[in-house]
Amino acid sequence: MSGRVLVGVKRVIDYAVKIRVKPDHSGVVTEGVKHSMNPFCEIAVEEAVKMKEKKLIKEVVAVSCGPQQVQETIRTALAMGADRGIHVEVSAKEYESLGPLQVSKILAALAKKEEAQLIILGKQAIDGDCNQTGQMTAALLDWPQGTFASEVTLEGGHVKVVREIDGGLETIKINTPAVLTADLRLNTPRYATLPNIMKAKKKKIANVKPADLGVELASKLQVLRVDAPPQREAGVKVESVADLVAKLKEAGTI
Amino acid sequence: MSSSLVRILSKASRYPCVPWAALRSRSTASLPDVPSQQPPAVSFAPLQTFSEEEGMMREAVQKYARDCIAPYVSKMDEESAMDPAVIKSLFDQGLMGIEIDPEYGGTGSTFFSSILVIEELAKVDASVAVLCDIQNTLINTLLSNLGTPQQKEQYLSRLSTDMVGSFCLSEAEAGSDAFALKTRAEKHKDYYVINGSKMWISNAEHAGVFLVMANVDPAAGYRGITCFMVDRDTEGMAIGKKENKLGLRASSTCPLNFDNVKVPEKNILGQVGHGYKYAIGMLNEGRIGIAAQMLGVAQGCFDHTIPYTRQRIQFGQRIFDFQGLQHQISHVATQIEAARLLTYNAARLKEAGRPFIKEACMAKYFTSEVATLTTSKCIEWMGGVGFTKDYPIEKYYRDCKIGTIYEGTTNIQLSTMAKYIDKEYDH
Repeated sequence: MSGRVLVGVKRVIDYAVKIRVKPDHSGVVTEGVKHSMNPFCEIAVEEAVKMKEKKLIKEVVAVSCGPQQVQETIRTALAMGADRGIHVEVSAKEYESLGPLQVSKILAALAKKEEAQLIILGKQAIDGDCNQTGQMTAALLDWPQGTFASEVTLEGGHVKVVREIDGGLETIKINTPAVLTADLRLNTPRYATLPNIMKAKKKKIANVKPADLGVELASKLQVLRVDAPPQREAGVKVESVADLVAKLKEAGTI
Repeated sequence: MSSSLVRILSKASRYPCVPWAALRSRSTASLPDVPSQQPPAVSFAPLQTFSEEEGMMREAVQKYARDCIAPYVSKMDEESAMDPAVIKSLFDQGLMGIEIDPEYGGTGSTFFSSILVIEELAKVDASVAVLCDIQNTLINTLLSNLGTPQQKEQYLSRLSTDMVGSFCLSEAEAGSDAFALKTRAEKHKDYYVINGSKMWISNAEHAGVFLVMANVDPAAGYRGITCFMVDRDTEGMAIGKKENKLGLRASSTCPLNFDNVKVPEKNILGQVGHGYKYAIGMLNEGRIGIAAQMLGVAQGCFDHTIPYTRQRIQFGQRIFDFQGLQHQISHVATQIEAARLLTYNAARLKEAGRPFIKEACMAKYFTSEVATLTTSKCIEWMGGVGFTKDYPIEKYYRDCKIGTIYEGTTNIQLSTMAKYIDKEYDH
């Protein structure tokens, strides 16, 4: 086993920013807006770095797909403890239509090329909320998957994963190589300390093109329109239960 | 001409890649002329241009301050005590050894990075910022510049990982007139005996080492002042009760008493009788750090206030939309921007090895005045809620006042500037 873990990191609009829809409804405003690493990707990086610190794996490789700016996100992963980075170059135009299927193909190709033992991703990105990339990547590679992980234990050639599911917690045991996706409670990501930010400068980020990996970026999906959720209307106060029932009947809900 | 340009450019590799690297010069003469045959790649970036690593550090500290310091700010102010967990996290983040060489466990970054860190910390809590500022711009700088290899070995690695330092110059009768200090150090064989007292010593509650300025030869006046490194718990040294202050309450400010304190000769930092030079030199740099702190106080207060003015509706509109408010807000925003540019420029000048003392004085003087104006105005714009402790605004108002007083009062800054201005017109 190579002892190498691939971690996917995505550059998204910062979670604290108020999102605005573009006037032409083609998407959201990203120009001049603060971007950061997807919070679930941070959790994924943290888990991989912890495994390395426990000497369970040997190398953490951070991967991101996108235009030039995603290098900032890779650098943040390096500052958190990843050993090296891979920037899969996608032009700004192509990035607009880049979705989970293409990213999964890229990750699958990289995993084979790098002989990865594990792929750890965030369960979903806070912009698309697709929650598909991890699952698709596992399927393309025909690898087992441990998604919504809230606890991960590496044991020899297996991984024990505790998953957060609707009914509670499910514990599964899967063989490596495998794909894991991180859920919120898996860990608390560390802050990049200043010395580590300095060290990250010396770590390498390799550039790769999707074509080099044999991946076609054309998407079969087209975004027709993006709208903001409807403004919340003011509520109505009622004085008694009878009033409430009358109002509900009026609104046609009962 | 071009060969010297090449030499200067190659020296730039130690520093973050700043486009004006070509202008860096070691001479203390007047501003270098920009050669007419500039290589086309060099352009003149705005002052608010950061290297990639400076940008990353800034963001990292912003996040850390928001998550790890902000929750404690109110309590620390109320109890007039710095939470030990906060101090530890400052060390863990590498914020206490920003310019210290990685060989000694430091971050190995630049002076400008320290300035950015102090500004970001001050946006959240001025007391935490001053703890970080004193450590980085005063204590670490003195040790790094003047320490013998053995002293650096003993202290630098601790200063970057777990030990806070204190700088002890002021006394009850020696504030602005610092060199009138009376603390004496009498030489015996291979040690000195220190007697006297110090006042207004920041970080005293938490410091593990004290850099004490004492006079070994009062007859020689200020030329007898020497810098001694005194470890905490040295017999005879007593740390008095901390002051109950208007602002910067979480920062401990204590009197110190020295009663026949024995300090070995090897604990002298630099040369005997040169302490006054070290103090001046270091305070020149330290004042850029204080400028950054005041800048952070102004900006942090402003950042808390504007969202309120955009939300608060009176007479059917946002109070932000009243012309009177708009004019006041814009005026204050301009002052803050000017303060920022003065501070960043002073820092870049120092990094470039160019004369910076007048500019540093200007930065400290101006930013402390701007902080006072900003915080005062912010309380007014917030109205009644600005006056209550439920909102963070009033704390900024109390914290900013010390800016015009410590590390060189406003009057001292102005007099110092005048001396430089006078010299400029000598030829």
